[in-house]
Amino acid sequence: MTPHLAAFQDALAAALRPGEPCTEPPGWLSVLAAQPGFAVYRNTVAQGCLSALRANYPTVQQLLGDECFGAMALDFVHHNPPADALLMLYGAGLAEHLARWQPAAALPYLPDVARLDRLWSESHAAADAPVVDAGWLAALAPAALAAQRLRPHPAARWLWCDTHPAYTIWRRHRDSQPLDAPLSWHSEGALLTRPSACVHWHGLDAAGHTFLGHCARHLPLAEAATATLRAHPDAKLDVLLAQLLNAGALTPCATP
Amino acid sequence: MTAAPPITAGLGLKPQHYEEALAQQASGLWWEVHPENYAVDGGPRLAWLETLRARQPLSLHGVSLSLAADEPPGEAQLRRLAQLARRLEPALVSEHLAWSTWRGHYLPDLLPFPRSNAALARIAANIGRVQDRLGRTIAIENPAHYLHLAGHDWSETDFLAELARRTGCALLLDVNNVYVSARNLGSSAEDYLDAFALHAVAEIHLAGHHTDPRWGEALLIDSHDAPVSEPVWALYEHVLARAGRSIPTLIERDAEIPPFADLMAERTRAHALLQQASRCTEVAP
Repeated sequence: MTPHLAAFQDALAAALRPGEPCTEPPGWLSVLAAQPGFAVYRNTVAQGCLSALRANYPTVQQLLGDECFGAMALDFVHHNPPADALLMLYGAGLAEHLARWQPAAALPYLPDVARLDRLWSESHAAADAPVVDAGWLAALAPAALAAQRLRPHPAARWLWCDTHPAYTIWRRHRDSQPLDAPLSWHSEGALLTRPSACVHWHGLDAAGHTFLGHCARHLPLAEAATATLRAHPDAKLDVLLAQLLNAGALTPCATP
Repeated sequence: MTAAPPITAGLGLKPQHYEEALAQQASGLWWEVHPENYAVDGGPRLAWLETLRARQPLSLHGVSLSLAADEPPGEAQLRRLAQLARRLEPALVSEHLAWSTWRGHYLPDLLPFPRSNAALARIAANIGRVQDRLGRTIAIENPAHYLHLAGHDWSETDFLAELARRTGCALLLDVNNVYVSARNLGSSAEDYLDAFALHAVAEIHLAGHHTDPRWGEALLIDSHDAPVSEPVWALYEHVLARAGRSIPTLIERDAEIPPFADLMAERTRAHALLQQASRCTEVAP
């Protein structure tokens, strides 16, 4: 006997979810699962999730290779099925999954590479907003500058990689640069921006990360600068601000 | 304000064809996209769609409202769709007679269900909720079938006709799905089409399919990865002859994307058949 709609959907959803062991399915479900067409649904569901992860994490996929990525991704899907149909943003938490995933333990930079892939997707889909550029800075009176509040552009994303050059590894793949060039094994930071149609990436030092964090908390420029200098006394704030403006990382705060 | 020219045959739009799509000026041409791929806050993807929308009509064809789930469509999803529809003012909005989201998890497929009386009431309520939210009617598509399912109180054609009667929704007739389902379930595609409520059809879909690698001709997959097959073109002509009018028709292609010109050639074939259908209407007494 076929159950009511909700019970039907509970059982079929459980049977189609990738990796889900189907223990003692009800009789009507066994009848469905015995038909050749059942595998079509199972495959479509699994492939839909995997294709989304491949599309959203292209650099991780390049580093792991197709087969290894597939195994890792299936394990991820099993524990983190998509919550909704916005598959272009599916995969939040993949970096943490990679950090725990034993077969990739020899690639400690992989979680940060995944975070950078993720930041690229977020930047690409973020809201539009005007960028402030260096011309704006030059036109501003020094007194007005100190009180000015700028916030990170909605498409700006930044990441600090503490123990390894994950950004350089990620960038070499994204820019199709030679992958065998020597790597200097130290911490580094990345900034992703979308000043017009395309997502751009840049290196960003620790002072830049601190400064952007303060801008995100809506501090006036003078306070953000002072706080940044406290944490990084050697920071060259004029150079940093010019870099952020040229990259399109900042947007005016809405007038209160 | 002059009335927009009638739309005839359209194309499913792929990002790799953006530039070529922008250069197209064919008469009656329109484009269809999945709203799920454009439900973003901003950025190049949405900007590009708006540019195209200023030139030709657009259709939003959803794959995830999960209207056949035994729960109302998700609020966040409805809000996103309504925002996108406000922004793009599509000529058509459509969804499937299927479910995909269930208890907070999305299964990326169009899943079957027993067409019971209770399911009919639930789905009619879900369609009503979507239409109220969008302030317009939507079209509901017949899905492809792969399983013999027990527990149907209704045939699919009667079920769809009853949904149209209860909710005022339109129907989207996917001729490839009819062909694939008939072959997979051992029924007659012609009988299905003859029973279909053609008066309610606002859009037709044509797509390609392939045979299952293991089961061959015994199991056809609605894969959208091949040109429209000749048997499906023949069924399409059968539908147009029965309808006696031009119905906006879409060439769908979602995988193994060929050069743009190949898709336009299929679109031109459908366009010619639609013009023929509308000429027949004009000379009819």
